[in-house]
Parts: sequence; C-alpha cells; structure tokens
Amino acid sequence: MAKNNKIINRRNFLRDGLWGGCLAALGVVAGSAARKNKKTDMVWQIDPYKCVACENCATYCVLEDSAVKCVQLYAICGYCDFCPGYFELGANVLETGAENELCPTGAIKRTFVEDPYYEYTVDESLCTGCAKCVKGCAAFGNGSLFLQVRHDRCLNCNECSIAMACPSGAFKRVPADEPYLLKKVNQA
Amino acid sequence: MICLRKILIGLALSLILSGITSGADRFPPPDFVDTEHVIPSPTVPGPRQDIYEYIDAAVLLAALGLSSYLVIRKRSRRALFLLMVFSLLYFGFWRKGCVCSIGAIQNIVLSVFDREYTVPIVVVVFFLLPLIFTLFFGRTFCAAVCPLGAVQDLVLLRPVSLPSWAESGLRLFAYVYLGAAVLLAATGSAFLICRYDPFVSIFRLSGSLNILILGGCLLLIGVFIGRPYCRFICPYGVILRQLSRLSKWRVTITPDECIQCRLCEDSCPFGAIRKPTTNWSPQDFSSGKKRLSFLLVLLPVLALLGGWAGSSLSAVTSRAHETVRLAERIYLEETGKAEETTDASAAFRATGKEITGLYEEASNIRARFWLGGWFFGGFVGLVIGFKLIGLSVRRQRTDYQADRASCIGCGRCFEYCPKEHVRLKNAKEATDKC
Repeated sequence: MAKNNKIINRRNFLRDGLWGGCLAALGVVAGSAARKNKKTDMVWQIDPYKCVACENCATYCVLEDSAVKCVQLYAICGYCDFCPGYFELGANVLETGAENELCPTGAIKRTFVEDPYYEYTVDESLCTGCAKCVKGCAAFGNGSLFLQVRHDRCLNCNECSIAMACPSGAFKRVPADEPYLLKKVNQA
Repeated sequence: MICLRKILIGLALSLILSGITSGADRFPPPDFVDTEHVIPSPTVPGPRQDIYEYIDAAVLLAALGLSSYLVIRKRSRRALFLLMVFSLLYFGFWRKGCVCSIGAIQNIVLSVFDREYTVPIVVVVFFLLPLIFTLFFGRTFCAAVCPLGAVQDLVLLRPVSLPSWAESGLRLFAYVYLGAAVLLAATGSAFLICRYDPFVSIFRLSGSLNILILGGCLLLIGVFIGRPYCRFICPYGVILRQLSRLSKWRVTITPDECIQCRLCEDSCPFGAIRKPTTNWSPQDFSSGKKRLSFLLVLLPVLALLGGWAGSSLSAVTSRAHETVRLAERIYLEETGKAEETTDASAAFRATGKEITGLYEEASNIRARFWLGGWFFGGFVGLVIGFKLIGLSVRRQRTDYQADRASCIGCGRCFEYCPKEHVRLKNAKEATDKC
C-alpha cells in the first residue's frame, strides 16, 4: 500500500512540475508577444508603386466581388479629354459608348467639367479590380487610377489569397489606423 | 539574336512598367479657373474598428468559461450544444472564421522568427486563452467554442467507431500538418493552416471551389466519422491534446464511482473512452519491457532519420517561398531555358534590382529551409517514436474513463451513466424541497 502511494505521489509530482512548466512556457510566449505587439490590428493594402496591374486582384479574392477596387486620386488626374484609362486605344470617337470604353463593366463615369476637362469617377459597385484602366492610365496618363484594398469590403483574412498570388510583392500588412497607401501628390 | 530580342522585350517592358510605377506628371492637373470646380478626394472607408476585436476576445473568454463550467460542473450536453451553436454563429458565420485560434499559431510563430512582424494583441489572446483553459479544464475549447468543431459536431448523425490503429495512424497527419505549418510560417512562406482551412468558405458562403469541395467532403465524412478535422487534421488540437493530459480538472463519464456497467462503452463517437485494463501475465511484462527498451533506442534514430529526410527535401520545400520560386524562374530565363517572362519575373526586372542579390536571398531562404527541415523531420520522427512507445506502454485502469488527450468534452457520454441519472434525480429533489 505504501509503495502504491509513493508511485502516485511521484507521478503527481511529475505532473505538477510539467503543468507548471507548461504554464510558464505559455507565460513566456505571452510576455514575448506582448513586448512587441501592436494594439491596433494589421490590415492588407497594395503599394501602388509596386503594383503591376496583373488582374490577379479581380480573380484571387475569396469574396465573390473582390475587395480590391480602383481608386481615382483626383489630385494627380489630368482630367484629359482622351483619358487612356477610360478609352480603348483604338477608340474612334471620344464618346461614352460601351465599344469605346476600356472598363469591361462600365464602372468609370465620365462627366464634363469645363472645356477641355472631364472628370472620371469610379463606381465601386461595378468595379471588379481588373486593373485594365490602371494599366492604361499608368502607361499613357498620370497614373491617378490605381488599385487599393477597400476596407469596407475586405475580410482581412489571416492569409490574403491575393497577396499570395501577387507577382510583384505589392501586398503588405499596414496598421489599421493608416489603412490606405495612396500615391503621393506632387505639390510642385 | 535571342539575346537582342530579349533586351528589346526587356526595354519595352521596363518602359511600360516604369510608367506604372512612377506615375509621371504627363498632364498637369487643371486649375478650373472658369467653373471653380473643386477637386474631390477619394473616399477611404476604414476597416473594422479595434473595439470589435476586443469584443471578440471578450466573447471568447466568456464562451471558454461557460464551456468549462458546463463540461466540468453542470454536465449538460444540451447547454453545451446551445453554446456550440452560438459559437458557430458568432465565430463562424458572423466573424467569418477569422481570426481563429488554430490559425493564430502561425502569427505567433512568424512573430518569433520575423523581427518586423508584430502580432495584434487580440491574436495573442486567441492563441493563448484556449491553451490556458485547457491546462485547467481539458479541451473545453474544442467542446463548444471552436466554430470548426461545432460545424462538424452538428452534422454527426450516424457515428461509427474507427478501429484504434486507424485512429492513431490518421492522427499522425495532424502532427505532420502542425510541423509543416510551423515551418512555412517560420520561413515567412505561407500560412498553410489558413490556406487549407476547409470550413472557412462555408462560413463566408464564398471562396475557391477546391476549398469548398474539401469542406464539403469533410462534412460528408463527418456524418459518419465524428469530427474528422479535429481528430486527424487540426494542428491546434495536437497542442491541446498534450496540454489536456496535464489538466487540473478532467471530464469524468460518471459523476460518482464507476460501477462498470459498460453502458457508456460505445457512447463516444470520437473513440475517447478507455476500457478497464486486464492484468498482465509475467511473459507479457517481460516482452513489453524488451520492446520498450528497443523503442527507446529507436527514438533518436527515428528523429535523425526524419531530420535527414526533412533537410534533404529542402530544395523542394523551399519552393513554397515566393522569392525562391522567382529566383528559379529568373535562372531559367537567364540560362535561356525559358523564353517568356512571367508576371513575377517581369515585375522583378522592372524594379532594376540585381539578379545576384535575388539569388543570394533565395539561397539564404533555402538554407533556412534546410535547417528547418532538420527540425521538422526530427519532430515527425520523434512523434512517430513516441507514438510507438505509447502503444507499447500499458496503463492500469479499473474504471471506464475518458482519455485525457482524446476527450473533447462534448458531454455525450454523461447521460449513458446510470449514476448520472441518480445525480440528476437527487439534484431535482433538492431543488424541489427548497
């Protein structure tokens, strides 16, 4: 009987030691993580200067309707009559006919402001993030159209599937209090 | 000729791409002197506010506390079921399965190995809270808090029991999966657990077809085999299993003393109920001793073998990292084995970075995979070794008990115990008297 008790005691002693060790290990993990943690969440964003407008954003998002949309930064837009982000390169007439438009869903609205300037606005409910306009605007225009993760849509997946498919490493995590990486406006 | 063409293509590409990257001021923005049109600025809708993240953590804490109470004290399967449905709705369908404790493993690992990566505090909480609760109360996180467990528990309609060799054999996969996920997270390659999370697309009601099929298949299997993901795949479950062995309180089938009526014997759909042991004959004992000492010697051999295999696979496994893939592609293009550029290689060339720098970076990552392969393979070898040792060690049990590691505390076995009915009757009488 005494022997039996001893075995149980030794086992209990080992158990308790291991238990304490595990708790201490968890404490160490908590401590080291707390030392360099961020109070704010991290969210995904596209660096527009690295983006190569490859169309992956339109297809790789886990959402049916991608969380990546085209953003128009009006401050660097040239308000061109012939907008290379709006019109097909071979467009015959500069009119808002579907056959002239680059955007496959007609998401960009063209409104007359004053001669010869037109304002181009992206309708996000139609934009698929295919970046056709981004390519056109960057190649022949000012590059005021570029892609951004829209945080009202983004689920903030732990592993963003677009980021994994991004060929240029343009996706990165940014702090949630500064969730956008808009292009710099040239003041000069 | 080829060389000249390549240079021309490269030039053209870099012209186009440099346009994309530099955003030239080709057309100065107008002043609008006539109409005084105000230039609008783009909308920037913010992400979910941090306060909601903290609410998630609080809900997790409350759910864990309640689940532990229901498993250990209240012993109510019905209440556990309700909590499980709540967790499925809240963490699953409302929070869309992100952030979850299972995936948080990778964030913690990445933050250990990558100095620049910082984990949000809520992710740390999601990782640690269930582990701490498990050290006290067993796997009550699995019982009714984890949405992945909940969705499988709901479809478990016709449970069949698996033979124990299949159970322990299949479980090895979870250890390999954990090791692989840690390796890929530590090298900053990918978050494997999130990529192959089978139920997340069900929670979101959208996602890639492959994952939907995987989730559908697991749920279909789950109709007959209880919680296949939890038992054979879940990498977090592996950690919880081991911590649960040490828990301060444990799930007991009977609230009182086991009368060995055998009524609970087949009640567990997860194969977690252990029968009382029979006595060993002296021959069994001596052969068992020999086997155990052989396996103890085998343990380091298995670990070394595993480590060697893991490290020699590093050329393949390192392709999980995008920089290695890119370097291999660029190498193929440079040596003329591949004619066309890919999006990734074109983007790299447009940056104008040195190719030798890329190669160096890739070989650094390969070296990390080589070292990581030793740890990963050694870990798998040790797991197999310990599994064999565990199979050859016999424990003494006089009662029917829930296995500390395998029991997820679903509470199904409680009502099979006649003593439980006595307890409930007594409790009811006590409340009636009052």
